[in-house]
Amino acid sequence: MSSIKDIQNDIVEEFALLADDREATLFYLMELGDKMAPLPEEYKKDENLIKGCQSKVWLHAEMRDGKVYYQADSNTDITRGLISLLVRVLSGHTPDEILDADLDFIQRIGMHQLIGSQRSNGLNAMIKQMKLYALGFKTKEASKENG
Amino acid sequence: MPATLHTGPATLDVTALRSRFPVLQREVNGYPLTYLDNAATTQKPQQVIDALSHYYSHYNANIHRGVHTLAQEATEAFEATRQAVQELINAPEKEEIIFTKGTSESINLVAATFGRTFVGKGQNIIISGMEHHSNIVPWQMLCEETGAELRVLPVQDNGELDLADYERLLDENTALVAICMASNTLGTVNPVKEMTATAHKQGARVLLDAAQALPHSLVDVQELDCDFLAASAHKMYGPTGVGILYGKREVLEAMPPYQGGGEMISEVTFAKTTYNDIPFKFEAGTPNIADVIAFREAIAFVKELGLENIARHEAALLKQATEGLQANEGVTLVGTAAHKVGVLSFNIDGLHPFDTGMMLDALGIAVRTGHHCTMPLVARYGIEGTVRASFAVYNTSEEVDRLIQAVSRIAQRKRK
Ligand SMILES: Cc1ncc(COP(=O)(O)O)c(C=O)c1O
Repeated sequence: MSSIKDIQNDIVEEFALLADDREATLFYLMELGDKMAPLPEEYKKDENLIKGCQSKVWLHAEMRDGKVYYQADSNTDITRGLISLLVRVLSGHTPDEILDADLDFIQRIGMHQLIGSQRSNGLNAMIKQMKLYALGFKTKEASKENG
Repeated sequence: MPATLHTGPATLDVTALRSRFPVLQREVNGYPLTYLDNAATTQKPQQVIDALSHYYSHYNANIHRGVHTLAQEATEAFEATRQAVQELINAPEKEEIIFTKGTSESINLVAATFGRTFVGKGQNIIISGMEHHSNIVPWQMLCEETGAELRVLPVQDNGELDLADYERLLDENTALVAICMASNTLGTVNPVKEMTATAHKQGARVLLDAAQALPHSLVDVQELDCDFLAASAHKMYGPTGVGILYGKREVLEAMPPYQGGGEMISEVTFAKTTYNDIPFKFEAGTPNIADVIAFREAIAFVKELGLENIARHEAALLKQATEGLQANEGVTLVGTAAHKVGVLSFNIDGLHPFDTGMMLDALGIAVRTGHHCTMPLVARYGIEGTVRASFAVYNTSEEVDRLIQAVSRIAQRKRK
């Protein structure tokens, strides 16, 4: 499994190929969303909705062998593409790696300019929720070890 | 007297008039701006922008009660707009025009004053299922407060109202009918003249929400015979923060004031305050002087072009857009009433309106997406929202082509 840093570098390279073509970039995001593993229906429930997103975004996380795995979906294609990028970067890493991750790829691919401030806030809410899950799992593990 | 003053030239030179709108000269995302969000707000011609800066540069002063030159000039300019509005909507008297912040405030004013005084338990208010939240929520609040009943006239699949349903809803306990002249989501033009006459037979008052009608058609309050009419300057080439409320004198005089403060009083002692006459009774505090003054230029602009010409031009754009989008497999139109203003709602099958809107923005095309402040209406169609293209006089047939081509490209990509 590549490091969070390496995955981010890969994404930056892929987006560089789109060379600031907004239409192509949005289509690409939508494609990424289409390709993301579907979220099982059972996880598409209201308590999995991320607060602070204009669109509906469902996020499910689980811990296996010390690593956090995320699954997600959205009711809009572009947002599904956005969360698929975050899942790709963060899923399969340890809580510490996730908590320490500096997600600079977002800024490097100019995502804020592409999606505007409202969706950027939504993107930040997604990141926060993903990190909160990591923190939750970490706390749970620690209390298991101590208890 | 019918409103026949706004005929203008026989044809419109759209290229020439576009050059009068500075913002239309800009590019968005590397494309020329295609501004099709006019139902939300229109762009402003240079003369409106100039009037704002001229006021602040030359005669900024508080209006009414001023003896100095600047105050007199500002007062005259402010009151000249009132007169221009009176002429535009053919109101019998200029005192029947009240300035507000916008359509929303105009409706809230009626709910708070007329509503609290003349609507009570046992009575009902009728609205339609296609109303903007601004013409729903104030009535809901009033009904909650007074115990009156809110009745909703349903919208049919094609986006029209059924007058037989309407007559069934109306009864002698109907205090008010509040209805839009044109729907901001569907474009439907409602038969408000007929509906007003029917309401009056039952003794009900009628408020018309003209936010989407005034910029696109001749509105004549005497012909319509409505009791109230609300509209916003910013949707007809004027500044934001200015709205109008027309009310029949007899009704306005019977209504208590809206807010308390300066301007609305005649005499104040701590024992008792007497109120000013209409319209000032409803205009407490320093109004939005600059924007009201600049609004006159927007009215002048519309009159110069002629509302019939504007309506004809927009109808042609609507027809072109409707036919062009309809021809696409995978595009569904929402709202297909026989009589519409230049508002076209649609969805690309399988694509959320937000996504379509963002894709169009990438091509420099500005449309609105979502529920358009008509959540009950959108729910009635069982959808999450629509993509809405709405036209103004400065839009061109090339711009409509750009929209049609972009939508067809997105729809094709989506189907792949
Ligand atoms: C039909 C209708 N009514 C009311 C309003 C509210 O207007 P404003 O926001 O200017 O108060 C709008 C604005 O979108 C509208 O389209």
